[in-house]
Amino acid sequence: MAGVTLAPGVTLFDLAHGRAPDEPASSKVRWGMLVDLNRCASDCDACVTACDRENGLPSEKTATSAQWIRKVELKDLRGATRSVPVMCQHCADPPCVDVCPTGASFKRADGIVLVDRHTCIGCRYCMMACPYKARSFVHEPVTGQRPEVPRGKGCVESCTLCVHRIDRGGIPACVEACEATGHEAILFGDLNDPHSEIAKRVATYPTTALRADLKLDPGVRYQGL
Amino acid sequence: MSRAAFSRFETRGYWLLVLVGGAVALAGFLAAHAMETEGHVITGMDNQVVWGMPHVFAIFMIVAASGVLNVASVGSVFGHAVYKARAPLSGLLCIALLAGGLFVLMLDLGRPERVVVAATHYNFRSVFAWNVFLYSGMFAIVAVYLWTLMERRLAPWSKPVGIAAFVWRIVLTSGTGSIFAFLVARQAYGTALLIPLFLAMSFAWGLAVFLVVQATMYAWNGLSLPAEAARRMRHLLALFVVTVGFLVAACHLVNGYFAKNLAFERFILVDGGVYPALFWAVYVVAGSVVPLALLWRSGATTRDTVAAALLVIAGAFALLYVFIVGGQAWPLEIFPGYRTSSTFGDGAIAHYAPRGPEILLGFGGLAVAFLVTVVGVRVLRFLPQDDFPVAPSTAPAGR
Ligand code: SF4
Ligand code: SF4
Repeated sequence: MAGVTLAPGVTLFDLAHGRAPDEPASSKVRWGMLVDLNRCASDCDACVTACDRENGLPSEKTATSAQWIRKVELKDLRGATRSVPVMCQHCADPPCVDVCPTGASFKRADGIVLVDRHTCIGCRYCMMACPYKARSFVHEPVTGQRPEVPRGKGCVESCTLCVHRIDRGGIPACVEACEATGHEAILFGDLNDPHSEIAKRVATYPTTALRADLKLDPGVRYQGL
Repeated sequence: MSRAAFSRFETRGYWLLVLVGGAVALAGFLAAHAMETEGHVITGMDNQVVWGMPHVFAIFMIVAASGVLNVASVGSVFGHAVYKARAPLSGLLCIALLAGGLFVLMLDLGRPERVVVAATHYNFRSVFAWNVFLYSGMFAIVAVYLWTLMERRLAPWSKPVGIAAFVWRIVLTSGTGSIFAFLVARQAYGTALLIPLFLAMSFAWGLAVFLVVQATMYAWNGLSLPAEAARRMRHLLALFVVTVGFLVAACHLVNGYFAKNLAFERFILVDGGVYPALFWAVYVVAGSVVPLALLWRSGATTRDTVAAALLVIAGAFALLYVFIVGGQAWPLEIFPGYRTSSTFGDGAIAHYAPRGPEILLGFGGLAVAFLVTVVGVRVLRFLPQDDFPVAPSTAPAGR
């Protein structure tokens, strides 16, 4: 059992989810997120600010600042709009991992794609390869680091799915913040567990993978696109 | 000029060149050091244009390094005497350009002090990692090759080693092209056509560099190139320029054929500002059409050849800039059919303006290549060994 559903969209995770520091991530699990765009509000950026706070990212948004999650505003030909949070899609076949010369970009057994800060040489090839522009290069000396989220100038980084929280049995900061606003647009869970809320929703409703043509099998899915 | 006077002049000139080259290389190194301490924020590169000027310089040098060895290959592998006489210079230039290119590529890394990591941690699926291996192998093979050319006892080995170098560099250039050919997510890249294109570019640019260096060396020594050699190399350069032009056209036509890439093609070729300007004015007209006119002119002189070669090199930089920077300036299409905007440049064309540090680093790389050439030529006496002195009209085709 992945967690206890208290109310729609509010999932409480039991401690069985956390894992001891020496216990490896399990490939039985595939962490993922489902973003319901019908619930995501254009004027809300709670997920973004929560991510910045949680991971010690700069709040100022420039072309050189690290942005792990961003709100992309869409407008179709008829003028209808949509607001889409976009972060690392935690691809099952991640091009960033394929191209990384040193193996610094890697995928954990549970599907989370990470960068090893000790072996990243800052070549930015992964940024060229990622179809979602999910990665940021750290252009400046880092200030205000969070002890749980090591960062460093000259390395590339991206959404870790709040791996430090997940490993303790928690949920990503963006998901928590979205719930707190009452929008409950982002659902987090184990895609491999047929009983989890996320797996049920993915099985029941039509969901979209961004750039599905590339067949990367992302762990982040969208509903209502 | 008397022999003694010439040698005095030569020595002074040599040290002057070493000094100038050393100063520029040092400036490039210091620029990279500033990038390392302050971060890439002092450059024009950002999270959308992640590869900029350093990559234009580095890829030019690496691609040309492979092509410049063509002269040696034609000599050793295919046994043309005119080219054989030029094999040592061709090998030296290959090493020089490769050193210059890697200097830039390595120093542009976010963590240049971790090159050791790149050498000890291999991800064998990464084209980039193959390239690290290919580049270091290239140094070794060409060094051995030069050795077989200079050491008489090893002469029988020069052909097999030459063949190995020939094969290696074809693979190396394909590897460089593959860096881009594998980027399927981006509209500018991700086509297998890039591999033949990179091969053709390497032939053209390498030969252009070779011709400029050769002409300079002959002029320096007060000699003139045998007419037959000059004619052959001129025609070869023209042939390569035409081939590159053909493949560039093919790439754009194939890309434009897919409706989803039409907007990108328009951007790069028509309304993208600096990119179409560089493409048409510098690459097509100045870097291809004018050189061809010069090379094919009846009674073309050495001066024409050198001018053509220099223009081909200028065109190469323009083409690479359009290819590398222009390809990233165009936004990724994550949501087809929608107009997008965000704080992270979604849906927006990026503006890249190279700044001092990355330009200096690029020139620093060229200076490294220049230094290796100047010192190598002097120390190893690499002047192409045609029979001197020659009367231009009766010049033998080789040794
Ligand atoms: S979204 Fe980009 S960074 Fe994330 S796993 Fe996929 S390719 Fe890698
Ligand atoms: S920037 Fe770092 S993580 Fe990305 S490809 Fe290069 S070494 Fe790998």
